[in-house]
Amino acid sequence: MTDLILDSPHPKKNEPTRRDFLLLTAGAVGAVGTAYFAWPFIDSMNPAADILAQSTVDVDLKPIPAGQAITVVWRGKPIFVRHRTAEEIKAAEQTPMGDLLDPATDQSRVKKGHSEWLIVVGICSHLGCIPTGNKPTQDRGKYGGWSCPCHGSLYDTSGRVRRGPAPLNLSLPPYTFLTESTIRIGVDEAAHG
Amino acid sequence: MDKLTKIARWIDYRLPVFSFLNHELREYPTPRNLNYWWSFGSLAGITLLVMIISGIFLAMHYDPNSKQAFNSVEYIMRNINYGWLMRYLHANGASMFFIVVYIHIFRGLYYGSYKSPRELLWILGVIILLLMMATAFMGYVLPWGQMSYWGATVITNLFSVFPFGEAIVEWLWGGFSVDDPTLNRFFVLHYLFPFLIIGVVILHLVALHQHGSNNPLGIERKEPRDSIPFHPYYTVKDLFGLGVFGCIWAYFVFFNPNFFGEPDNYIPANPLVTPPHIVPEWYFLPFYAILRSIPNKLFGVLSMFSAVFILFFIPWLDTSKVRSATFRPIYKWVFWSFVIDCFILGFVGAHSPDYIHEILGGLSNQALGQITTLYYFTFFIIFLPLLGIYEKPRRLPTSLSEPVLTTNKGKNSTTRNGVFVLFFLSSLNPVYGTDQQPPLPQEPWSFQGPLGTFDRTELQHGFQVYKQVCSACHSLEQLRFRDLAALGYNSDEIKAIAAEYKIETINDDGAVAERVALPTDKIPGPYKNEQAARAANNGALPPDLSLITKARSGGPNYIYALLTGYEAKPPKDIQVTNGMHYNPFFPGGQIAMIPPLSEGLVTYGDASQPTVNQMAKDVVSFLSWAAEPELEERKQTGYKALIYLVLFTLLMYFVMKRIWNKN
Repeated sequence: MTDLILDSPHPKKNEPTRRDFLLLTAGAVGAVGTAYFAWPFIDSMNPAADILAQSTVDVDLKPIPAGQAITVVWRGKPIFVRHRTAEEIKAAEQTPMGDLLDPATDQSRVKKGHSEWLIVVGICSHLGCIPTGNKPTQDRGKYGGWSCPCHGSLYDTSGRVRRGPAPLNLSLPPYTFLTESTIRIGVDEAAHG
Repeated sequence: MDKLTKIARWIDYRLPVFSFLNHELREYPTPRNLNYWWSFGSLAGITLLVMIISGIFLAMHYDPNSKQAFNSVEYIMRNINYGWLMRYLHANGASMFFIVVYIHIFRGLYYGSYKSPRELLWILGVIILLLMMATAFMGYVLPWGQMSYWGATVITNLFSVFPFGEAIVEWLWGGFSVDDPTLNRFFVLHYLFPFLIIGVVILHLVALHQHGSNNPLGIERKEPRDSIPFHPYYTVKDLFGLGVFGCIWAYFVFFNPNFFGEPDNYIPANPLVTPPHIVPEWYFLPFYAILRSIPNKLFGVLSMFSAVFILFFIPWLDTSKVRSATFRPIYKWVFWSFVIDCFILGFVGAHSPDYIHEILGGLSNQALGQITTLYYFTFFIIFLPLLGIYEKPRRLPTSLSEPVLTTNKGKNSTTRNGVFVLFFLSSLNPVYGTDQQPPLPQEPWSFQGPLGTFDRTELQHGFQVYKQVCSACHSLEQLRFRDLAALGYNSDEIKAIAAEYKIETINDDGAVAERVALPTDKIPGPYKNEQAARAANNGALPPDLSLITKARSGGPNYIYALLTGYEAKPPKDIQVTNGMHYNPFFPGGQIAMIPPLSEGLVTYGDASQPTVNQMAKDVVSFLSWAAEPELEERKQTGYKALIYLVLFTLLMYFVMKRIWNKN
């Protein structure tokens, strides 16, 4: 509609007139208004207030024996909560950076003083499948972490990708230790360390 | 630019979309003398688009299920970003659409726009009107409030007068009453029909462009100077009209969003209780009045349907050769009296049949409805055909340009048009169910008026009253604890408030367990279910309070009057039933709720005195917030929108003056 107005039937070439100014202003005001009018509609498709608020899950760690893991749901996503054994921690810490596709130290992926707990978002960074290996009966792959059934990506005991096609490590959700044996997923009150 | 032109040419050679648009929207030769009444066609088109867009976005969040529909609408209002804006835009948009379309129809009727060769153009328009009516009716059912439900019941029952009526009605319902299947199909059809309307609108435009617009003089164009290109003359004129219209629409959306609505529709549908005043939306009132004024069911329904279907025959009922009423001295009067007749019919429809019109010498509403119904049909069946034969039209001008250059009656018609618009707007005020027995005391609420905001202290005090008094029996189920942040509580305070409540959950063993409520939980009600609530209250159900100030006519003033209006000694002529209490403001005067407030019932944290009036005021403020948590954001957004729209309108006005003066 706007450009139709601008395109007036008697254009005076190379001579800005008051009418040109008026038409340009009107066109600009119309365009800005249309954009503002569109915003509420676009924004309405964003997560609603209650979905944004629905963002923390408390997890009791006591029932998880070393070497095993559970899956909890946070914001509709599976979160892998894994109780690592001493060997698994050691293997993860001693992996040379050069062997990693997406280099990150094991320390950077756990909370300080809680290195036996690895908490990652259980979604393969390739195309969003859920890797197997969280249940004792499932295949954990060559690196002892998780293996993705869709396209064969492998993850190690720190949730780092070791074989593609996945480009990135399993991501870390924000979480906080409320006590020694409970965590709250969704809030990150202490920095990783 | 050159490259773009090339691409455009390439496309246009294969698919002539640009030349089509150019031809139909730009060069399109239009009579030079169209007045503002001709803007309503394009306004209707734009309104249709806005309705479709807002409707699509609402449908993304709406749940067409009889258990969830009402709550999902409230969910849209409270949780979806700008959900309140989209819903109010859509709900008020329906009224705006009918205002625009009715004016468009009256314009056609006045200027004889249906006469040869535009009969099909008119008929397509009537089809659009019918589709609109069906769409509006089904849309009104979707919020699944009391008016939705009972409107759906009454309207579908109209079909029971036809042969095999009962079977037809059950087929419409998909059951033995209005229920889930009905709601589901109404939702689907409500979504579908607007696209059918678009289809008929396209045909309407094709028919229009075949012979071009009629014009205020009603004579055909003869010479090239009678026409001007549609763009920029009428694009800018229509944009100016759009600006004015946008201001009116925005006023209702942002500052008076429930003006056209019914308080009863904020009460969830209840198939066992019909509301005491059931009335259709204002745009159906004249037809509803025709239905009611005829004491026979079959003839009432047939008259109502004929009142719409007779529009199809107007091109042949009107025998006059002259189109425009400007040159028809008698028809002009008959036309305006018909317009007034339609307004009176609407007024009749808004009042109960027993209503007595004192100013009309004690005429009953029923009788007034019969007189106006008679005139409605007389206009079509007697006046339109006979006037064409007996009326002596004035001399017609020879060309469009002649009177445009010599006319001096512009002023006169502007005044008349202004009077018409004022009359139209004033008659829109719904007068339903305002026969409140004692007049309500008017409290000066801080949140009233276009600038009003909530008082945080009042809200917190009100919440305290709710929590310590009302919540013993009344739930607040649309609210979550975290919503209390709007009262000025911080997140720790909200956590502490929530922690006072327990929520039932299922634990890992599958057993029912309890946990402490979190800020994201809904505020739990006092009873597990309706049966428990009734059992605890002598059979009466304490209503949910989330929407109470919107769900009662009189709003906050009514709730305040109810809370403070108990009288220990009822008047002698009133027998108060055992277990009931006398309160003149409650319909019927007897209420099951014991007087809830007494002096000093709660202790406020500050110096305020907990008198009955103060507590009532605080809790009503709190409940008004609970019903309209978006109120402050709505008004603020409204100011921005109105400032923009006024600016837009002024700019378009100057552009229009500029473009038209060149002519």
